[in-house]
Amino acid sequence: MEAIESKVGEPTDESVLVDAARKGDISAFESLVKRYDRNVFRIAQHITQNREDAEDVVQDAFLKAYQNLGQFQGQSKFYTWLVRIAVNEALMRLRRRRPERMVSLDEDVKTEEDSMPREIADWTPNPEQQYTQGELKDILSRTIQGLPASFRTVFVLRDVEGLSTEETADALGLSIPAVKSRLLRARLQLRERLNKYFKKRRDGDGTQ
Amino acid sequence: MTCSEFLKELTDYLDGVIDDRTKKELDEHLLWCHNCYVVCNTTKRTIEIYRGSELYELPDDLRTRLRSAIMTKCQEHKPKS
Repeated sequence: MEAIESKVGEPTDESVLVDAARKGDISAFESLVKRYDRNVFRIAQHITQNREDAEDVVQDAFLKAYQNLGQFQGQSKFYTWLVRIAVNEALMRLRRRRPERMVSLDEDVKTEEDSMPREIADWTPNPEQQYTQGELKDILSRTIQGLPASFRTVFVLRDVEGLSTEETADALGLSIPAVKSRLLRARLQLRERLNKYFKKRRDGDGTQ
Repeated sequence: MTCSEFLKELTDYLDGVIDDRTKKELDEHLLWCHNCYVVCNTTKRTIEIYRGSELYELPDDLRTRLRSAIMTKCQEHKPKS
């Protein structure tokens, strides 16, 4: 039933694909995989910070979604429901890999202090252009890695994937104030950590 | 408005989901507080840089391999009724 996706000539409504998949149309489910696999991979890699784990999360999240389509109520969007499954799979793998650290979405790390700006420095106009694409990715990856998992997760859903605050809260089972609080702290901590790469250099201070 | 009060509203301010009165207060604070202006600006840039970074893109060959593995598994494990 490849036709479901192609005969309309434009992306088929998600609910049509979900209904068809629920009735056993595996090609409709494959269309959903094609639609969201990149997003699920990005989310998984952000949370686990491990390529192999991210690959496993993508496979397991889609398989779980397929097997449990009967339980999908349609109250939230399929994508939000899929994200919830993927986040749980990713956190589970992170816990397995780092059993010494408690990994939970409920962790409310330390106090407000950890996010208060310490260094106030303006950045160069196009800071990312000081680095090659590879260097920049390395910087961004190392920087986000240092954030607690709960902050990383909220940041990637809201700011990278563009989910709304409500969708993020729904996908993570958090309240809206909890999402907002984690998002603020994630953004401020990332900003602080990026300062050392992007801030304006004073002439003659020996650095670039 | 103090700097701490400004920071508390920063996320809503950057997301543009703030009422007109609070927005006006925040705009005014930014006019005279250079530190908050810098924090606000660099936080905005942080979001833009991550959003535009294409960090962790799924390579085409891996994408094909994963999709094929997913579909094989789905065929083996039918949906639970």
